[in-house]
Amino acid sequence: MTAPEASTTMSSAPLERDRQKTASIMAVTSGKGGVGKTFLSANLAAALAAQGARVLVLDADLGLANLDVVLNLHPKLTLHDVFTGKATLEEAILPAPGGFSVLLAGSGLVEYSRLTPQVREQLESVIAQVSPRFDHILLDTGAGISDVVLHAVSLAHEVLVIATPEPTSMTDAYATIKVLATLQQRRHIRLVVNQVSSAGEGRTIRHQLQLVVDRFVAPQLRSQGSGEPLVLELLGEIPIDVAVREAVQKRSLLLLKMPGSPAAQAVSAIAARMAR
Amino acid sequence: MPAKIDPRPADSNALSLDGALQLLEQSGHALPALDEAGRAAWLQAVIDGLCELSSRDPLTGLANRRQFELTLASEIDRVARAGEPALVLMIDIDHFKKVNDEHGHPAGDLVLKAVAAALRDCIRPMDTVARFGGEEFAMILPNCQPSFGQAVAERIRLRVQATTIAIAPGADVSVTVSIGGAFAPQWVRSSPLLWVERADQQLYRAKSQGRNMACLEHQTVSWVSPEEKGLLFGTSQFQDFE
Repeated sequence: MTAPEASTTMSSAPLERDRQKTASIMAVTSGKGGVGKTFLSANLAAALAAQGARVLVLDADLGLANLDVVLNLHPKLTLHDVFTGKATLEEAILPAPGGFSVLLAGSGLVEYSRLTPQVREQLESVIAQVSPRFDHILLDTGAGISDVVLHAVSLAHEVLVIATPEPTSMTDAYATIKVLATLQQRRHIRLVVNQVSSAGEGRTIRHQLQLVVDRFVAPQLRSQGSGEPLVLELLGEIPIDVAVREAVQKRSLLLLKMPGSPAAQAVSAIAARMAR
Repeated sequence: MPAKIDPRPADSNALSLDGALQLLEQSGHALPALDEAGRAAWLQAVIDGLCELSSRDPLTGLANRRQFELTLASEIDRVARAGEPALVLMIDIDHFKKVNDEHGHPAGDLVLKAVAAALRDCIRPMDTVARFGGEEFAMILPNCQPSFGQAVAERIRLRVQATTIAIAPGADVSVTVSIGGAFAPQWVRSSPLLWVERADQQLYRAKSQGRNMACLEHQTVSWVSPEEKGLLFGTSQFQDFE
């Protein structure tokens, strides 16, 4: 029998971060797909970059993310080429329109949607290598609660769950929060509520999620032997905004094309809160 | 591009089978008579015999680790598609080193065989029990409801505990096992490695909490109950919007 390793398993506690030398790694996840995960990752990266930070967005969905579509990039070299030795990491890190860097997985990695030990190790080693060179690394994870997503999240210091006020999205966000708390011992989870129709809706949803967490998840955590409560932090809410759809259709970054739009301002406010 | 290889040997007389036949004979594997079966069927029996050999643990006759990992991978596909929960148990003999130290390695082998037999007695036909390595065993239980998991693991633990093992004439020993278990959550794409790792962590917990114990991971939580939904979409939220 082998004792479990502490740092690299998907059930591990959040990583401790050496603030001096390495990037802050944040996983962006959602439970339900189509709630704006990649939109947020890309625009948040641009907003952080606009504040002077060095930012990398990594497609941690292993080729299923739409980062290239959102950013209108046609990468010749991807993480897949790095893993297979066809390219160096340097070559695969691409500049994105918003002044940040991206590392795309490439569709060749879809075959790895089952997480092999090799892919795990390679992903971890890539993150370790790029970490000293950035202030923020955003991991754009897949939808659902697969082991691939859980593993990607386990590599991050912070995790951000994005949801919309839609009941299915809230249910999936709650399920994700529950899994992250019980399997990964997460006690602090950031929340962004997208597509709110009135100011303060995000606060209400955070409150509602926290209520269910306190009632149903906290007892489980206590029975696992941890009395530390799980705290959901509302990082911000993004209003429904026609500008978002326009930007998506033009395959351009909202923050660049329509920086004055309410949604862009909301994303900038989220970035400012993260930088604090 | 290399030429496509025809898997059928042009001349099967050119095959060198001495090593294979020796292995099969040593393991007591019977082959059909060559002249009765015909050459193709006989060769197929040789290949089947080798496959069987390479998937079994020689000491206990259980599936070996290779076979276990194959089964686990296909079980993951099934769980992800069919949504039936499946349980993996990691089972480790407590203080096995003491058996070896006090009674010698032949006794240790007898204990491994007896535990293997006890485990085999506990399973349903569709289950897989394997020797994972050393004194560690592993089980895959497809379509096992989470609410039954603890009872199943407990039954295995008690079955082993109740087994007396004759290691020499007039000398009986018994051993206990620690068990760790984890479910592959329904509909969730998993990986063999992480699944086993989760079960292993529960085994570690069983060991550190005193051994002779079955610890299962708290039912994986991706499921949201009607009560949880009720609270999530409770009246307060919608009142706030009005």
